[in-house]
Amino acid sequence: MMETNYKQPPKKVDRVVENITPAEELSYELRIEEVMSRDIRTLFPDIKMQDVVEFFRTNRISGAPVVTRQGELVGVISMEDLIRALRVYNLDAPVSQFMSTRLITVAGKEPVVEALKKFVSMNVGRLPVVDETGKLIGILTKGDITRGLLRALQRDYQAEEVRRYRARHLFEDIESDRTSLILRYTIQSNDFTRGGAASSNIKRALLRLGANPQIARRVGIAVYEAEMNLIIHTTHGGEIRVEIEPHQISIDATDDGPGIKDVDLAMKPGYSTATEEIRELGFGAGMGLVNISRCVDSMKLESTVGKGSRLRLKIFLKQDETVGEGYPANREN
Amino acid sequence: MNVSELLNIVNGKLLVPDADLTRDIKGGCGADLMSDVLASIQQPEGVLVTGLCNPQVVRTAAMADMAAIVLVRGKTPPNETISLAEKEGLPLITTPFGMFEICGKLHQAGLPSLEKPVPVDKCSCD
Repeated sequence: MMETNYKQPPKKVDRVVENITPAEELSYELRIEEVMSRDIRTLFPDIKMQDVVEFFRTNRISGAPVVTRQGELVGVISMEDLIRALRVYNLDAPVSQFMSTRLITVAGKEPVVEALKKFVSMNVGRLPVVDETGKLIGILTKGDITRGLLRALQRDYQAEEVRRYRARHLFEDIESDRTSLILRYTIQSNDFTRGGAASSNIKRALLRLGANPQIARRVGIAVYEAEMNLIIHTTHGGEIRVEIEPHQISIDATDDGPGIKDVDLAMKPGYSTATEEIRELGFGAGMGLVNISRCVDSMKLESTVGKGSRLRLKIFLKQDETVGEGYPANREN
Repeated sequence: MNVSELLNIVNGKLLVPDADLTRDIKGGCGADLMSDVLASIQQPEGVLVTGLCNPQVVRTAAMADMAAIVLVRGKTPPNETISLAEKEGLPLITTPFGMFEICGKLHQAGLPSLEKPVPVDKCSCD
């Protein structure tokens, strides 16, 4: 069977496939047996058309599969067939005379999208669902598909909600004297293409943890400038370490050289040692450290020429800005 | 003003086909120095007008929560810039006009500046 191919939609094949909606994606993931109706009302081929009228009415259906006493599927009878029998006044005839024997079935293991294709191309209202041996296991209407997709969407939505809730409340149930989450990023020197990737990930992580957008933006900008400094100015790159605690975010950017000759001068707006090449990239305006200090509540820069630099930043979170919902109850603000 | 109206005003071409054209734009900021953008921007959801084409433009705009980017003087950015804009969901637009003209057009159309002026005593031009 081609089963495995259907498990995932063929992603990234082209733009059209990339842009499929969640519902369309689900129609590839969901199997027919998950959405079909298992409560099958079948008819025997020798039952009179007269009795079909009553059968449809009591079961509130407009069609049913016809199955022999041995359980073999031999046809489908619908309201349309009943009307044909009525028009020729032949309600005494057996079902087998009016049923549709053009057997269009789907396999329970196939994805829902296969059934959708058959509904469109064959112009039928219901499809008998069979297993590998051809045995009837269910019946499928377009309504079953809609209900199944809605159920699955609801399920996915709830799962995502739970994940989001857990991230936002990460610290809530963890007991320790001091709980924190540490994110580490290695930054390569001169790696301009990936420049900003670390800060972008940090910003996303903070939003995921429930930080308010303004805090995430402040951290994002500060880390971005620090990240670009490591890329532009260091000999071997460096490391960014972000420690997230419910009441504060601490950022540590370290490198092993070349170090800053005059830290006070480096802090002066407009002072820059960047090359012309760096300036062409839009950096080296001498505003990096100034920008950082504007975004954070505390900033310490230590540097030794020949050894390296260490930039330490802190952003304090007020009670209503806390991340991970674990604000210490006894903390004064 | 939304992205679709912005496209009209700057006579621009959208380089990210799936961008959300209904996104609201609250103001603007024009600069070629990305640090200037990060230093001066005071509110999110503005448009960044720049002559720079590298991926850092998109990083900067994303970091400052901007709503769109306009590249002046008909520049076509490298693929890395376009794919990063796609990933960040940022409308990336190229316009044949220059920086002064675009800023003028947008300001005239009612778009306020989101650039915060530097306090006089902190001016670093000495």
